[in-house]
Amino acid sequence: MSAAAALIPALVMACAAICGAVRGVDVFAAMTEGVAEGLRVVLRIFPSLVVLLTCVGMLRASGALEALTAALAPLLGLLGIPPETAPLMLLRPVSGSGALAVAGELIARYGPDSSVGRTAAVMLGSTETTFYVVAVYFGAAGIKRTRWAVPAALCADFSGFLLSSLAVRWLM
Amino acid sequence: MNKLSIFVAAALGISIVFGILSGNYLNLGSASLEGAGAAAEFVLSAGGLICLWSGVLNVMRRAGLTDALARLLRPILRRLFPAASRDGETLAALSANVSANLLGLGNAATPMGIKAAQRMARLGEPGVAGRELCLLVVLNTASIQLLPTTVAALRAAEGAALPFDILPAVWLCSAGSVCAGLLAAGILGRVWPR
Repeated sequence: MSAAAALIPALVMACAAICGAVRGVDVFAAMTEGVAEGLRVVLRIFPSLVVLLTCVGMLRASGALEALTAALAPLLGLLGIPPETAPLMLLRPVSGSGALAVAGELIARYGPDSSVGRTAAVMLGSTETTFYVVAVYFGAAGIKRTRWAVPAALCADFSGFLLSSLAVRWLM
Repeated sequence: MNKLSIFVAAALGISIVFGILSGNYLNLGSASLEGAGAAAEFVLSAGGLICLWSGVLNVMRRAGLTDALARLLRPILRRLFPAASRDGETLAALSANVSANLLGLGNAATPMGIKAAQRMARLGEPGVAGRELCLLVVLNTASIQLLPTTVAALRAAEGAALPFDILPAVWLCSAGSVCAGLLAAGILGRVWPR
């Protein structure tokens, strides 16, 4: 399993380059074009990361995050979710950059290979910024009554969080 | 007001009050100056990898992988969206949206999804989300990504032994949350008042 995981990035890159070359794509140009687009994404998230990581750092230093964690610990413990991920779960459906900042802080603080760090990474990777998606799609389609879309989407998010903790415990 | 503005004001206010009440206020001063550096460090250490993967994904898109994936997805999408699939252009936008999501091409997925949503909205009562439109939104809010490259870059930047070893867990959780979303959609779609 770990050998496969170690090889995946290299394999994906090699496959993309070879498939692209076989199909007559200018691989180098396509790659650098994608990199330039990635750079724009990084530049776009940087300003909000500066502000949000400052906020998360202050919440952490003041003891407020620990208090939130401790308050939700009994409930989350019952569900098998690491209570340290509580701020991430609260922010995830609302703000993409906020969730990235909180997950980054958790991974840095507890370590990328710790169970908290892994759970935070899986949570971030397997869920989306629900309310942003709802606003963009329904806004563009001119929908006022969204009916059951939000409850169903939050149901999916919650299952993702619950499964993340289970998957990290079982698969790793 | 923007929800993040409320978050920032609330977070800073709570930090001050909490810091004073809990006696942690001495740490607050230094903490207030550390976040910006952490953000710069993050961008420097994970930014290169985010850019690299964006490049690899662009090669895949150019090689026609998104289109191939979209063709594979069509039979499944016809079942999930029977009414919308009757229109060829809506089905094309739908499958392009889902395949771009699978490859983590967010910038390509959103315009296609919006196009599908706009065409689907025309089918039903104006201003009211029909079953299939709700389902499209639920599918897009439940992340279905084969290569979570940003998360892997974040883990690599913090020194993970194998940044991609979370893949099986991410796949399991994405599949599980999509199924939960579809299940919730199936149940709520039946009991929800019109």
